[in-house]
Amino acid sequence: MIPVSHWVGTMDAILLQVLNGLDKGSAYALIALGLTLIFGTLGVVNFAHGALFMIGAFCAVTLQRILTFSYVTLDETQKDFLGNPLKVETPYLEGWFGYDIGHAIIDWSVPLAILFSIPIMVAIGFIMERGLIKHFYNRPHADQILVTFGLAIVLQEVIKYFYGANPIPTPAPDMFRGSLDFGAMLGLEPNAVIYPYWRLVYFGFSAIIIGAVFAFLQFTTFGMVVRAGMADRETVGLLGINIDKRFTIMFGIAAAVAGLAGVMYAPINSPNYHMGMDFLVLSFVVVVVGGMGSLPGAVLAGFLLGILESFASMNEIKAILPGIDQIIIYLVAIIILLTRPRGLMGRKGVMED
Amino acid sequence: MGILEVRNVNKRFGGLQALGDVNLTVEENSVHAIIGPNGAGKSTLLNVLVGKLIPDTGSVSFDGQSVLGRKPFEINQMGISRVFQTPEIFGDLTVLENMMIPIFAKRDGAFRMHAVNSISGEQEIIDQAEHMLENLNLADARHDHSASMSRGNKRRLEIGMCLAQEPRLLLLDEPTAGMARADTNNTIDLLKQIKDERDITIAIIEHDMHVVFSLAERITVLAQGSPLVEDSPENIKGHPKVREAYLGETAA
Amino acid sequence: MLGLGKRDTSLVIIVTLMALLAPFILNPFPTESAMAQFNAGYPDLLQRFVIFGIFAIGFNLLFGLTGYLSFGHAAFLGIGSYAVVWMYKLLDYNIVPGLVLAIIVSGLFAVLIGYISLRRSGIYFSILTLAFAQMMFAISYSDLIGRFFDTSITNGETGLQVYTSDPQILLNDWESVPHLLGLVEMRSTYILDAGAWSFSFNAGYYFCAIIMILAFYLSVRIFRSPFGLMLRAMKSNQQRMTYTGLNTKPYALAAFVISGMYAGLAGGLLASMDPLAGAERMQWTASGEVVLMTILGGAGTLIGPVLGAGFIKYFENIFSKINDTVLHQWFSFMPDGLEDAMVFIVHPFIGKGWHLTLGILFMLVVIFLPGGLVEGGQRIARLFARRKDTAPKETQSTPAE
Repeated sequence: MIPVSHWVGTMDAILLQVLNGLDKGSAYALIALGLTLIFGTLGVVNFAHGALFMIGAFCAVTLQRILTFSYVTLDETQKDFLGNPLKVETPYLEGWFGYDIGHAIIDWSVPLAILFSIPIMVAIGFIMERGLIKHFYNRPHADQILVTFGLAIVLQEVIKYFYGANPIPTPAPDMFRGSLDFGAMLGLEPNAVIYPYWRLVYFGFSAIIIGAVFAFLQFTTFGMVVRAGMADRETVGLLGINIDKRFTIMFGIAAAVAGLAGVMYAPINSPNYHMGMDFLVLSFVVVVVGGMGSLPGAVLAGFLLGILESFASMNEIKAILPGIDQIIIYLVAIIILLTRPRGLMGRKGVMED
Repeated sequence: MGILEVRNVNKRFGGLQALGDVNLTVEENSVHAIIGPNGAGKSTLLNVLVGKLIPDTGSVSFDGQSVLGRKPFEINQMGISRVFQTPEIFGDLTVLENMMIPIFAKRDGAFRMHAVNSISGEQEIIDQAEHMLENLNLADARHDHSASMSRGNKRRLEIGMCLAQEPRLLLLDEPTAGMARADTNNTIDLLKQIKDERDITIAIIEHDMHVVFSLAERITVLAQGSPLVEDSPENIKGHPKVREAYLGETAA
Repeated sequence: MLGLGKRDTSLVIIVTLMALLAPFILNPFPTESAMAQFNAGYPDLLQRFVIFGIFAIGFNLLFGLTGYLSFGHAAFLGIGSYAVVWMYKLLDYNIVPGLVLAIIVSGLFAVLIGYISLRRSGIYFSILTLAFAQMMFAISYSDLIGRFFDTSITNGETGLQVYTSDPQILLNDWESVPHLLGLVEMRSTYILDAGAWSFSFNAGYYFCAIIMILAFYLSVRIFRSPFGLMLRAMKSNQQRMTYTGLNTKPYALAAFVISGMYAGLAGGLLASMDPLAGAERMQWTASGEVVLMTILGGAGTLIGPVLGAGFIKYFENIFSKINDTVLHQWFSFMPDGLEDAMVFIVHPFIGKGWHLTLGILFMLVVIFLPGGLVEGGQRIARLFARRKDTAPKETQSTPAE
């Protein structure tokens, strides 16, 4: 008979993996949501969507840099290792507002970057849609893929040019640096299930964003028209509603969603120029598994695959199937497409031929 | 027993009964029209016949063999060809190439990998295709891109491509929809000529009563997914039920 | 000739001459001249021209003819390389068994991946192939299968290479580098000095060039065959094809497998020139590159992919080599301020910035010249023809030039 404590231990492990999967799953879900919004409304497959996620993360980096913009003073009381007076860099913010306030603002640069990034991302979204994507509505899907793929390379290389190839650490505010003993809260053993606060924040943040997008589509007239347009563009067009303008706005929203996902992800994984593409490929798989054109499908599949990936990276699993964590998502995607070609929640008739 | 037998076919889409207990017999070598107001289930029925949709219940057999569960290309190989509402041709290919494809399909079946022999070596196929194009009065256009043809000529080409396979049953889905009168008349003449020259059964779905009464030998009226009446054109014209079903529609 | 029409025959002859004379043609500048940096007639680069040419020709058989956009073709390139290196490790440095194995194994993988991916079309297909390639990349990079059996198949991040401890059961004493049936070593190069010029004739290059010519010839045959016609028909209208009694699936699968085998052959040749195989060859960027080559040259045209591959590989090479010093030399005729400004403007696009240039090029081609270089050339030719002939003839677009 298996001792009770073993079961408790397993419970802990399962809980831990579910929690671990949530933050990656959140990122997948947010990117996939944006991809699906763009695909559902504009019928365009946006290979540059990962780049938007990446640009979001670099918004956080940029804001941090702006905030820590410093002036140098020589401190005669301290010497550096060569015996010269130590150069002390003081951020202007600390100079202007005093150390406490200045430091607090810098410390909270990532959350502040949310506000900073929204106008930037929406603007980038608008420019992308009006300047490029618009001209590809009537071109074959292959052309859409190719031009957005080219754009993704360009965006990625531009970021690399300005920020270099190395990951840039972008810490979360001090108060979120620790970990929460989640197990103890549920009455399990202490320290069995600990979870970094920031990941919890990330999950909560994603849930809010996802909720907001759904509420927006569900409860506003704007959202209703967009949903109707997603279902049947022609009919809505016949009603004399200018669907294109709304779709442009949806593109801006999708860009903002991807950007926000990136901003908040910066402390979890130091941003680098190719993070967008890394996430994009998996997010596509997520969209396909969830069902092309299905928003709830995208979210559901995002979390499911995130959690699955985290289970696959458990040592117990990897002992049996080494390296399974790196391919589990692809394997699941292939199996799902073979058994349910439309994905988990895909609608009939979307991209059938 | 007709060449095409539809027995007790039902098809629901969610809450909507698209086809309810449809029975239909198309006699060999006849021209059978299926008419009905919008939403009567004509297109659904057609899609069932070509294997694009599978009915919930009932049976469909062609020449004594069931077509249900077969893929569209298999049904085509059984001898059923379909003409679409908007002409479906290979727009990127030349007219001659368009015409060669069904001839290849007839000779080689659903798949055959002739990957290294040259098309220009297939003289027999080219001759047949040229011959077909001459009959269709399209020979002058044979090296043109088929996408650049007029709608009427695209329709001729599409019908010709279907005939090149020598089908036993030709299904036409509103073949004159969106056509100018002259093109419509041309198409009617073409279909009449086909009927006179070949042993072929034609089933036609049509809105335009002028087309229906010029061609059909037998007419089935479909309303709300079920056959209302089936009779000869003369009797259909004055049928009270038909007038009722078409009330508000284009007058018959 | 050779079962081809007149125009196709001349096309094959042109490609043959270009490939055989490439060490001359691509080496127009004297060795000591300032322009020598634009020469491309050295073995390493020439080999890449023709090998990626084969890759692109094969990709075009799928994408150009059927319209199915695979975003995972690099997987087959990697498989081909691994197959060849494995044959070095097991047998000896003869490249023939490896190349045969490369074609067979990549073909088998293509059957499997194609069978699953072709269950969907359009972007679903693209994403599926991308997912497969990324999965294969992950498997190779972490040597997953090897670890599973407690051995090494791909040698993970290091990449697969030959060690002295390998069995190499057929190895002779004289063998230390890849060779063809013991006749000639791939690296052996004859250098012809003619005045100020120096031309290199490399055995490996000529081996690859001959294979490319054969691959090109085969692709012309496929384009002009009934099978090729069916593939073009499928690209044009799948619905009509289905309702003409044709089963599109095996046609698409056959095209996918053939093009996968081309890619495997190209990958095998890469390892034949340089006995290494690494997972990075499978990455999506490599898949994107072959798409770009094909599009840039002209998808669906015969010569396009060859041109595209040459173009990209040439500029990749040149652009990556240029640095600020070279730029200053170029712009030295300008006044100082302007010179610095020009260098500053051009700087992001050269050296490590080559990928930026590539991305921009990609977008420009897709936006303005969807037919690629071949279409561009045709447009220019038409322009001239119209000038010569005041009454413009109806230009007839032939699907493949």
